[in-house]
Amino acid sequence: MSAPPAVMSDANITWELPSRGRIGMYCLISAESAIFTIFVVAYLFYIGKSLTGPMPKDVLHVPIFFTVCLLSSSMTIHLAVKSLKSAKVGTFGLWWFLTLTLGAIFLAGTAVEWHHLIYDKGLTIQTNLFGTTYYSLVGLHAFHVTVGLLGITTVLLFVLLGYVRQEHAERIDVLALYWHFVDAVWAVVFTVVYVIGR
Amino acid sequence: MSTDSISTHRAGMESIPLVAKLHEWVITVDHKRLGILYILYSLVFLVIGGIEAMIMRIQLIRPHNNFVSPDVFNRMFTMHGTTMIFFVVMPMLFGFANYLIPLMIGARDMAFPRLNAFSFWLTAFGGILLYFSFLGANGLYGAGNAPDVGWFAYAPLTSQTFSVGHSTDFWTLSLLVSGFGSIGTAINIIATILCMRCPGMTLGRMPLLAWLNLVMAVLVILAVSPLSAAQIMLLVDRYLGGHFFDTQAGGSAVIWMHFFWIFGHPEVYVLVIPAFAFASEIIPVFSRKAIFGYPAMVAATVCIAFIAMSVWAHHMFTVGMNSNANTFFVLTTMAIAVPTGIKIFNWLATMWGGKIHFKTPMLFSIGFLFQFLIAGLTGVMLSAAPFTWHLGNSYFVVAHFHYVLAGAILFTTFGAFYYWFPKMSGKMYNETLGKLHFWLFVIGFHLTFDFMHIPGILGMPRRIYTYEPGRGWDTWNMIVTIGVFFQAAAILVFVANLLWSYFHGEIAGSDPWDGWTLEWSTSSPPPAYNFATIPEVRSRRPLWDRKHPEDPDWKYE
Repeated sequence: MSAPPAVMSDANITWELPSRGRIGMYCLISAESAIFTIFVVAYLFYIGKSLTGPMPKDVLHVPIFFTVCLLSSSMTIHLAVKSLKSAKVGTFGLWWFLTLTLGAIFLAGTAVEWHHLIYDKGLTIQTNLFGTTYYSLVGLHAFHVTVGLLGITTVLLFVLLGYVRQEHAERIDVLALYWHFVDAVWAVVFTVVYVIGR
Repeated sequence: MSTDSISTHRAGMESIPLVAKLHEWVITVDHKRLGILYILYSLVFLVIGGIEAMIMRIQLIRPHNNFVSPDVFNRMFTMHGTTMIFFVVMPMLFGFANYLIPLMIGARDMAFPRLNAFSFWLTAFGGILLYFSFLGANGLYGAGNAPDVGWFAYAPLTSQTFSVGHSTDFWTLSLLVSGFGSIGTAINIIATILCMRCPGMTLGRMPLLAWLNLVMAVLVILAVSPLSAAQIMLLVDRYLGGHFFDTQAGGSAVIWMHFFWIFGHPEVYVLVIPAFAFASEIIPVFSRKAIFGYPAMVAATVCIAFIAMSVWAHHMFTVGMNSNANTFFVLTTMAIAVPTGIKIFNWLATMWGGKIHFKTPMLFSIGFLFQFLIAGLTGVMLSAAPFTWHLGNSYFVVAHFHYVLAGAILFTTFGAFYYWFPKMSGKMYNETLGKLHFWLFVIGFHLTFDFMHIPGILGMPRRIYTYEPGRGWDTWNMIVTIGVFFQAAAILVFVANLLWSYFHGEIAGSDPWDGWTLEWSTSSPPPAYNFATIPEVRSRRPLWDRKHPEDPDWKYE
């Protein structure tokens, strides 16, 4: 992805520039962080301002297992990219599949939690300010997890079809960067929703 | 590629039928074509937004006028503001950035050509969506069509209760869509500048236009994203029954203001920094001197961007914040005048002792310098909270920000049009018509916006569709409206000049201004691949080095 190094004629310095894939992803992450910041600020601002119940402490349970799943998927994707860089495509596929599974478990966890809140506790996005901010913030994150999982699934399909080789490690690393971001955002959302907000 | 194959390539282009030619423009991923598409698109919306402004001014030419109904007047000021910010100035600046940055840094295209095309079409369809509201927004009978909530759409006016029908939804969705387009373009600009520079083009040797657009793109990422977030919240409120801005359920109307202005004020700098970039390229070339204080210019720009992120609530002095917040935002707003002042002195120092050529682009840049100074001075006045308590939401504020948007941004953009028109079209514009455009526009601009300050000081609030006679506003409003017709005439001359010169202008050649940056080293218009061989640079003025090998810049930098 990075531009081929060129040797300058006037001096023997190599001309190397950063990879545009990584820079582009860093920019996207900055933009997404700004979006999440606004939602987090709204969540913090509206803590305790709901006029009616249910309140967070009555209905929220800390999703420790699903959090552990998502955060450990950051490690598995790192190990996956590392093995692809050293040309171990088989190991890469295994770690990659594990990442997909962990991410999917997390997403299923959100689904189960929402089902519980909606059908058992009667909390919807319309109920009160807590419902509005909770479903928006957690939903925005779940949407990002979904996008990440779609990307990971696409790569997994290419692995199964046998198209992925060592030279693709750089590109796959860019996707992994996005996944790390999704995990890091969850650390913030978790703190805001389940620690501060509860 | 050899010269022969280039000419056969050109000859081949001529024989393509019109439909196929247009199809090529639709599917193009070439940064130059996308740049021109952005610019043409923004020109169309400039005319539409201008007509909306004229409708408002005709309504206000005398008291108790009945040219349009109050409802239509509300739609006009909403559409005028939204159109001019999001679908005229931003796309126009993105168009120039798209066209010029790869050429100036010696690259063959942007970093992500397909993302570039995608971003353009998002912006384009965002604008079309906004204007489709005239046809499609009649949700309930009599609910009205185009958005009428003002360009900053304060809550709770945007809630389902007060804004029935779909006009506000069209407004929200079109800004959301075009906002994603802007973020895509910003990502592209940053990646292009950081990763595609030709050998030797270190950050310290980049043309100021590239530097300033880099800063602009960072601001777009930091500012437009919060707007997108706020628009998503508004959609949640309107479609899913959420309560973000619903005061009946404990929500806050003030938080919308914060979210909007966290976008809204940096947005001013998103618009004005590329305008600075044009001035920073045009003034040195027509003063025949290298830019004065290059590092100070870059530092001042970065400084402006930093401070710009912490001044937003000066739009909210009249809302009633506590005195700590007021003090903070007064001080930051005043502080931003310092780096801006540094830039004005640098442009003046560039002209000082230079051999100034008063061509049309230079005339527009000089007009910019003086008008931007006045715009900045009324800005410092308004930065004092007690002053804003008196004149907030008056025509004084309207005059102030139009001094920035028209007096500074539009003027430099016209300068940029004339300066790079020979490069983009290969033809020279008509200098007489260009000067006529300049003088008509200067007269119209000053008639309109100088005299607009006065009814503001006399207490005339903005956004009123009519007023009582005998308050001392009548004459001023008439002068303001007369100025608009001069501006409209100037725009007609401008469009006529562009069209006439495109078909009948003299061949411009690759370097009509004896310029110093890389875009003048390739043919006009440049071939699809920009440069036959990727250039190498050793100083900030690579073409000066090439033209003056006996006295190159790199010996001194």
